[in-house]
Amino acid sequence: MAAATRPPNRPPTREIDEQTDIGEVYMRSLLRAQLRRGLTVLAVVAVFLAALPVLFTVEPRLATVRILTVPLPWLLLGVTVYPLLLAASWWLVRAAERTERDFAELVERD
Amino acid sequence: MVSTDTAAWPAVLSVILVAVATLGVGAVGLRLSRTTSDFYVASRMIGPRWNASAICGEYLSAASFLGVAGLVLTFGVDILWYPVGYTAGYLVLLALVAAPLRRSGAYTLPDFAEIRLASRTVRRLASMLVVGIGWLYLLPQFQGAGLALRTVTGAPRWVGALVVGVVVMLNVVAGGMRSVTFVQAFQFWLKLTAIAVPVLILAVAWQSDGAPDPSRPQPPTVRETTTVRVPDTVRLRVDEAVPVTMRGTLDGVRVDGPVVLGAGRRVVEGGSEVTLPAGSVVPHVESVRAADGATWSQPLAGAGGRDHPTYRLYSLLLALFFGTMGLPHVLVRFYTNPDGRAARRTTLVVIGLLGAFYVFTPFYGAMGRIYALDLLLTGRTDAVVLLLPSRMLPEPWATGVSMLLVAGAFAAFLSTSSGLTVSVAGVLSQDLLRGRLRSTVRGFRLGAVLAVAVPIVLSFATLRTSLADTVGLAFAVAASTFCPLLVLGIWWRGLTKAGAVAGLVVGGSLASGAVLWTIVVGARFTDAATSVGSSPGLLGALLAQPAAWTVPTAFAVMVGVSLLTRRTVPKSVGRTMVRLHTPERLVLDRGPARRDP
Repeated sequence: MAAATRPPNRPPTREIDEQTDIGEVYMRSLLRAQLRRGLTVLAVVAVFLAALPVLFTVEPRLATVRILTVPLPWLLLGVTVYPLLLAASWWLVRAAERTERDFAELVERD
Repeated sequence: MVSTDTAAWPAVLSVILVAVATLGVGAVGLRLSRTTSDFYVASRMIGPRWNASAICGEYLSAASFLGVAGLVLTFGVDILWYPVGYTAGYLVLLALVAAPLRRSGAYTLPDFAEIRLASRTVRRLASMLVVGIGWLYLLPQFQGAGLALRTVTGAPRWVGALVVGVVVMLNVVAGGMRSVTFVQAFQFWLKLTAIAVPVLILAVAWQSDGAPDPSRPQPPTVRETTTVRVPDTVRLRVDEAVPVTMRGTLDGVRVDGPVVLGAGRRVVEGGSEVTLPAGSVVPHVESVRAADGATWSQPLAGAGGRDHPTYRLYSLLLALFFGTMGLPHVLVRFYTNPDGRAARRTTLVVIGLLGAFYVFTPFYGAMGRIYALDLLLTGRTDAVVLLLPSRMLPEPWATGVSMLLVAGAFAAFLSTSSGLTVSVAGVLSQDLLRGRLRSTVRGFRLGAVLAVAVPIVLSFATLRTSLADTVGLAFAVAASTFCPLLVLGIWWRGLTKAGAVAGLVVGGSLASGAVLWTIVVGARFTDAATSVGSSPGLLGALLAQPAAWTVPTAFAVMVGVSLLTRRTVPKSVGRTMVRLHTPERLVLDRGPARRDP
């Protein structure tokens, strides 16, 4: 950051309030971090979900596998998906909160 | 011998109990919320867990409680994507929308549009869309109520719709539901109990019956001699001639006694009774291709006879993923979170609770495959959840379990319709009614009447689409309009008023055009309750599941027009981004504060 060009004693929160270029840099980095993580998690989940139908089309025998009498597609789609969605969400919440904490520490320093 | 009859009084008692409990808890909550003077103050003491229960209470509708099982019965394993999509929609909401939306201070989608773009035009457009989506989502709730009450009591279809309509009106007009997160939370736990406990009991009955396999590779047959009442005229396709006993009208001829339903197309008139002997192959409504058990349990095998199953699946998933964030009754609840961080945590709990609910629903479809296949004859497969207890259990278990399921179903109708009615009525009175009615209590009440009356009247019309399918269309419209508005509004500074208007108009007209075609015109191609948009071919599939092409188009138009009008980006956008994205505890200039509505 262009520390040399700004006068000392200007807290980052003031840069953001006055919408200076430096303030913009802070805001953009926050937005980018949150958006990139959100999209990454969504992409991973989407690829996983979209791959399931493909998997059963490519390898139809998988669809006839049974675990405890329940056919594999039913088990995957009916049960397993939900803990995975929950795990992805949990990770996302934690990571987003961490980013916000870091951002707060960054802009609150004097 | 089994029939579709069950004793009426326990079901009626169930409905009355749920209605009274809802109104009662609502009334108590109203008194509490008056003493705290402002229910938002009260709601800020509500933690993510209560809030999440309330969101789920409002979200789990007739489509989830009855519709999914009905579709599983007909179409098999592919339907499991519906609940997966209903849940995954909240992951998208969590990743892109939850915290910024709460921080924006918007109470409704039109609020968000105005805060972000400082435009009354976008606000009005958003209001119209909220009303449209709300009506589309309310319609299946009333249809479901009519169907449910008819299934368990034999009452005409309009009775159930009217009962739910009246209770919702009382609730909303009294202001009860509005203030009470608690009522919605209660409805969720009622619904979860009502779907989970019967599964355990029915599973025991199924085991002691020798655990017959629902996916056995045979054509669908009835196990016992079954009498089916045909309430509305159906066109049947008979694959194999079936000797039946019938009282009523077959192919225009009065029949009273034994008759053979010859292979081919047959028309059975409404009011007829058909008795199928044990072991006979079920004749099914024309629009459904009856699958044998193996096809039924195989992914993307096209069970049930919908062509282009792969396109339909991916397009549906897109609608559900991106539509959830645009549902008006869901978004209102985010406002009651204390801050953005709590909004995220609430969403996380929602995903957990929905998963806990949805693992139970497919079981009913699978059991229906064994015990209630005669539903294929009337096409009223949405009733399977309510019919199973009388088919599988001895008295008094059957009555008890059936009462629980009816209670859960009515809780689903009531909570979802109340939430939607509040949202639609609020928008109608705030933005669309004119003159002295705007934003007054009288205006809100008039809005509530309109919000309920229009879909009730529509539900009387013979729109024979399945519950889960109609709800899917509401998701498609939401995904093609509010999703781009929210996502671009939150993450892209370049969004302009003109861009938003263009995107909402194009996405909204494409998606609702497809929806109208599917419901009104497409439905003429079929007699089935199970099959929305069975108009044949790729065009039929594109119109029945429009999201795959309408969502990208809406995004493209919104971005394109915004780039063309880049000079009109609102000056306040920098400040708005600070408000949307920075944690509340930081002392920053976020622009003028909004007061609570």
